[in-house]
Amino acid sequence: MDLHELEAIAERELAQRPRLRILHCSATGCQASGALELKRRLESLLAEMGRQTEIDVGAVGCLGLCGRGPIVRIEPSGETFEHVKPDDAAEIIAALDGHACHVARCDQNHPFFTRQLLIVRRHCGLINPDRIEDYIAVGGYRSLYHVIHEMTPTEVIQAITRSGLRGRGGAGYPTGLKWATVAKSPGERKFVICNADEGDPGAFMDRSILESDPHLVLEGMAIAAYAVGAEQGFIYVRGEYPLAIERLQKAIAQARRHGLLGTQIFESGFNFRVDIRVGAGAFVCGEETALIASIEGRRGQPRPRPPYPAESGLWGMPTLINNVETFANVTAIIENGPEWYSRIGTEKSKGTKIFALTGKIRNTGLIEVPMGITLREIVEEMGGGTPDGTPVKAVQTGGPSGGCIPASLFDTPVDYESLAAVGSIMGSGGMVVMDEHTNMVDVARFYMEFCKDESCGKCIPCRVGTVQLFNMLTKLRNRQAHPSDLSRIEELCELMRETSLCGLGQSAPNPVLSTLHYFRHEYEELIGAEGDHGS
Amino acid sequence: MAAKTLTIDGHLVSARPGETLLAAIREAGITVPTLCHLDGLSDVGACRLCLVEIEGQRRLQPACMTMVSEGMVVHTNTPRLQSYRRQIIELLFAERNHVCAVCVASGHCELQRLAGMVGMDHVRYEYLSPNCPVDISHPRFGIDHNRCVLCTRCVRACDEIEGVHTWDVAGRGVNAHVITDLNQPWGASTTCTSCGKCQLACPTGAIFPRGVTVGERPHASERIALIVEARKQRW
Repeated sequence: MDLHELEAIAERELAQRPRLRILHCSATGCQASGALELKRRLESLLAEMGRQTEIDVGAVGCLGLCGRGPIVRIEPSGETFEHVKPDDAAEIIAALDGHACHVARCDQNHPFFTRQLLIVRRHCGLINPDRIEDYIAVGGYRSLYHVIHEMTPTEVIQAITRSGLRGRGGAGYPTGLKWATVAKSPGERKFVICNADEGDPGAFMDRSILESDPHLVLEGMAIAAYAVGAEQGFIYVRGEYPLAIERLQKAIAQARRHGLLGTQIFESGFNFRVDIRVGAGAFVCGEETALIASIEGRRGQPRPRPPYPAESGLWGMPTLINNVETFANVTAIIENGPEWYSRIGTEKSKGTKIFALTGKIRNTGLIEVPMGITLREIVEEMGGGTPDGTPVKAVQTGGPSGGCIPASLFDTPVDYESLAAVGSIMGSGGMVVMDEHTNMVDVARFYMEFCKDESCGKCIPCRVGTVQLFNMLTKLRNRQAHPSDLSRIEELCELMRETSLCGLGQSAPNPVLSTLHYFRHEYEELIGAEGDHGS
Repeated sequence: MAAKTLTIDGHLVSARPGETLLAAIREAGITVPTLCHLDGLSDVGACRLCLVEIEGQRRLQPACMTMVSEGMVVHTNTPRLQSYRRQIIELLFAERNHVCAVCVASGHCELQRLAGMVGMDHVRYEYLSPNCPVDISHPRFGIDHNRCVLCTRCVRACDEIEGVHTWDVAGRGVNAHVITDLNQPWGASTTCTSCGKCQLACPTGAIFPRGVTVGERPHASERIALIVEARKQRW
């Protein structure tokens, strides 16, 4: 494979493509709401009409507005339809021919779409994730070619460093610095791991990327491997994502067949092989040291850091471990240059971030927004507020490691530092909207129940502390708590935050602490004795 | 490599390079409580009792897994650490059914001793009182899960010293528990050599020898280190 062959594939692909196309979302959300049946109906209808060669029915990745699936987009007009039922197939074909169509259209001028800035999701909804030709046709694997033939590993790392990209898994560690550390750490072999063990309740950004554009992640990993000097990569995907696994497997096989993964990539001396490891349903395996233990075939338990995986990771070798979305940013930085990337976002948080907007919100789905956008813009403009118009009370970001941000702070810009300053975290991108009917003690209790079930049991503060906290919150919920329980809850939160072994236990108290901070009256209202005393 | 000089609780202490902070602390005659650490076994940093404050580091670090470095300034016994240690022991006592009055290890139990050491005189947390099994299918030893603190010293002794790895951990969170082989009764284990090192390593009365009275059962976890040393020196 060389550049000419790559371009030939792209040209052939574009030349073969029918002008009229019906593209339907084939990601998990839309499949669940009937996208596959719709596809069958469209195909059989076109066959009956004898127009199957004239009109292409294509499966594409996620179009974003997951709450209104199945979503269908027609080309060349670009019109997008929502809640499309199999019975609407004839109408969609009519719309393609320019006739009247009664299927509900997505308002493409809605802030939900117009406020987005697509970098990671730029191919989502445009290409068929099952076909490498589609990816090559939109410019895929050109960055990898460019990097291998025109850049040194040091130059690649410098480009990533200058772009200001930070880890999208939640903690926001500077990606360039991590790559440089792995590149400089001595080791006879090095590894690149893609963390796709997305486990936060309400988060599905990484799933959508893998299901919509798997080659983007593979290309990003290959560039990273070239930069740090690794020849073996692993993608650790959670077992609950069967479609993502299937598409990744297909993508890896296609890339190998085209000589874009494997040995002597682009006829250079660079070799890179990628294998998939499927998680068995443990949230803690999203923690990097536990994930590494799991790949090694051991019990998925974290170990104290240092040493960090960059120094001593998989089988004791220097290991680069990044999140799906981090790798998915790489090709855009190489394509457009680090300066372009660093112009997007805020001073310390560059680029865009994908959020999974869920909960009491009108427009449920995935949004990719520039860093620095305010929570108000996301929730009120893009999300359209609550479905029944009830005032929004708070937004939960960062899942079980994050916190609840009250509506009064909705002018907070979304970046790593600002979210941390208000007691939450950026997290991996879950954003759960809550309205006035949501009780914040219930929210805290929900997340504590999650952490208690997902604690690995290795260290005492997390193993027992989560259970004790959950029990105390349950007591509180049942109005059986004593006033002194509140200070005991706070004391236990501090213990877990300061002494737990890994991020799971250290951040497990965050949902409790942030709701206690902003909604303390809801806790106090549940303490019977306190209320009696007041009257 | 040159020896390292560090400050522990205000005292200047020298340490060998590559030595753990815990070793240096102990050599300086300072007592730091530990539970999952056992001389002779690898460290896991799980019990969090030996956490210390190191100046310039944001997070507390486990002394057992932190290597000494030149100029390190360490505080091992601040009021904050004392309070955390007391809470951790409280959490342990509330987790399973630790009833000293009816325990074979009473009087020579590390958990009991730790409680005294950190000044834990009562438990403020709700007792979880789980229903834990007792396995006495093995002819020589028994395990009472009510008394297990999940330090995994038995797992490591079996794996690292005996080289068998009969023990391991199953389940997660508070449901985590030690198992023999693939969660078979201990007596049915085909790998167990009945060497008894797990029982030597056990800090509480969880793993106990059968047919021995309470008074006759000495606490002998230091023998693990002795075995390791004997092998190294080819005694």
